[in-house]
Amino acid sequence: MTMTEDLLAPRPDEELVFDANPVQADRITHYCPGCHHGIAHRLVTEVLHEMGVAPQTILVASVGCATFTYDYMLVDSVEAPHGRASAVATGVKRARPDRIVYAYQGDGDMGSIGLAEALHAANRGERITVIFVNNTVYGMTGGQMAPTTLLGQKTTTTPKGRNMATEGAPLRMSELMAQLDGVIYAERCALNTVRNIRAAKKAIRKAFEVQRAGLGYSFVELLSGCPTNWHMDPVAANERIGKDMIPVFPLGVYKDATGGRPDGAAKEADHE
Amino acid sequence: MSRIVLLEERCKGCLLCTTVCPRNILRKSERFNHQGYQVVEAGDNAAECTGCAACAVICPDVVIRVFRTRKARDGRGGDA
Amino acid sequence: MSDCLIKGNEAIAFGALDAGCRCYFGYPITPQNEIPEVLSALLPEAGGSFVQAESEVASINMVLGAGSCGIPAMTSSSSCGISLMQEGLSYMSGSHIPGVIVNMSRGGPGLGDIGPSQGDYFQAVKGGGHGDHRSLVLAPATAQECYDMMFRAFELAFKYRNPVMVLGDAIVGQIKEPVLRRPPADAPGAAGLEERAADWRLEGYGRRGPDATPRLLKSVYLAEGALAARNRLLQEKYEAMKAETSVACTDVDDADLVVVAFGSIGRIAGSAVRLLRAEGCKVGLLRPVTLFPFPEAALQQLAKQGKRFLVIEQNLGQMIEDVRLAVRGIADAAWHGVMPGLFIGADALLDPIRDALREI
Repeated sequence: MTMTEDLLAPRPDEELVFDANPVQADRITHYCPGCHHGIAHRLVTEVLHEMGVAPQTILVASVGCATFTYDYMLVDSVEAPHGRASAVATGVKRARPDRIVYAYQGDGDMGSIGLAEALHAANRGERITVIFVNNTVYGMTGGQMAPTTLLGQKTTTTPKGRNMATEGAPLRMSELMAQLDGVIYAERCALNTVRNIRAAKKAIRKAFEVQRAGLGYSFVELLSGCPTNWHMDPVAANERIGKDMIPVFPLGVYKDATGGRPDGAAKEADHE
Repeated sequence: MSRIVLLEERCKGCLLCTTVCPRNILRKSERFNHQGYQVVEAGDNAAECTGCAACAVICPDVVIRVFRTRKARDGRGGDA
Repeated sequence: MSDCLIKGNEAIAFGALDAGCRCYFGYPITPQNEIPEVLSALLPEAGGSFVQAESEVASINMVLGAGSCGIPAMTSSSSCGISLMQEGLSYMSGSHIPGVIVNMSRGGPGLGDIGPSQGDYFQAVKGGGHGDHRSLVLAPATAQECYDMMFRAFELAFKYRNPVMVLGDAIVGQIKEPVLRRPPADAPGAAGLEERAADWRLEGYGRRGPDATPRLLKSVYLAEGALAARNRLLQEKYEAMKAETSVACTDVDDADLVVVAFGSIGRIAGSAVRLLRAEGCKVGLLRPVTLFPFPEAALQQLAKQGKRFLVIEQNLGQMIEDVRLAVRGIADAAWHGVMPGLFIGADALLDPIRDALREI
């Protein structure tokens, strides 16, 4: 045994209370330091693992920093063109209605170029789950304005800050989703604190349970940090989520039409 | 005492874990890993670890494993 | 399995159904609406799934999704809608995902009209989408061919794990004719097609036994040399597709002039050739049935026999380029264009063919 292996073995009086889950690849990600995609990946894979559904699951990856999400989530996966993940997921679910199908999309992918596909998949009540990562910026392309960019936020294409008069206001996806009859569950969470991360995991679990029960479309928005494109260190980026993002994107359950279904149902949201 | 194991090669030095530890055990080290990141380490007070796992929950890179020592009153201590 | 009197579009729908199509995704556009209308009624009854998508962009990506699961899936549209699908087609080619796309094309460019046109030839056979993407392209000329070609389209899509386009127009799609609804004896059907996808389809890795690992279908290859390797594979695939080339020839053996025309114009040119034969003119017709792969070898062979060519097409000059490339260095090819949107009869082609004969 190497020293690390020795340390990783629980001693007789110990319990391993936090470990990697087998649905998440044992691989260092390409994400920047402090990027919340890593947390989101862990939560989704933990939920799939705990539900025991990973072997029956198909992931639809989107385009952006999360394009390579399939390198880290060990499930059958297909790459969608930019913005089209909800349409591809519709095709996958219609082809394989007994599988768990989810799309993982960023704010540019889902809220801008793919808004039509996102809203219509939701409105049809496709029995899919969409994990929506909102970090208010285009990450992969270098920090341009996203549909969710905050007013006044400087990006590489809003050098003086986003201006309501010329760029409009940030798009609120959870609120949009809540208006659609096909949506069974929509919740906005944040990944900036331990408590919010734990609440996000519950929301993700709930969303996948909604799908497993065949109830309809489920949606979880995750307010996430992008230290690189916010030009902040990761600790400051986490503080920004609480200070600047959550007031614009309030946390909470925006739609819960489960009526207590499925079993083990809705617990009160426990966001900060 | 409970304890954590830091898989240093996975660490990207974001230091988010240092902000959530109730005992302020975690700190930036002087070491760099093969990725080139200045990694986090447990300080001299590592023995104060409560096994709360907050550090592991906020870590974006699955760096941390948490081992919680069973309390004697569990009646499960010893040869589990 | 009976004779029926139906439109080409309806024949497409019946053919798709009988060939094993399990999922249809599409957006309304003239002149192909009978296809989704028929399938919206019949596909769910047959246990399949029909979705009227929010756009052609969504349609093709739904086909991509269902195709990635190794399930026979299709969409249909017309010119402008097919333009919107090009990104998805490129991704399907790059990710090796099968699917069938029917284009009952319209006059263009832009909104154009809903009359007959072959203005989408370049878009169909040269890829249309970005990168070195190609679709196999089949060109029916009759309602019967519409029915029969759907079997071939699904087979080829699964054989090559690639998009297959069926390219018609308002005449092919709207003309009502007797059709024998008889599946070929060796048609694999839905189960047979799905079986051909067993070694790559997405299904949840648990279906593949306890030691199975996840599968991934993608088109992004960033590592140095990785995209080159991927494109080499695609090149080999496009090369292998040449084995599927097919043509319909009439009266070419003793012809001095071979008319080359496809689809609806191929059919009208066939009538013109028959009329001219009755006058004693030595003309024949070569009608490409596959537009990609293009019947280069058949044309070269005829060129070497000393025959000359007249390309007739309903656009401003597209297929003529491929015919000239095929016979370059051996023969020349003349061209006669019919303006997109016009309905013409065989009589309109008699003089152009006579003129070409005289110039030989």
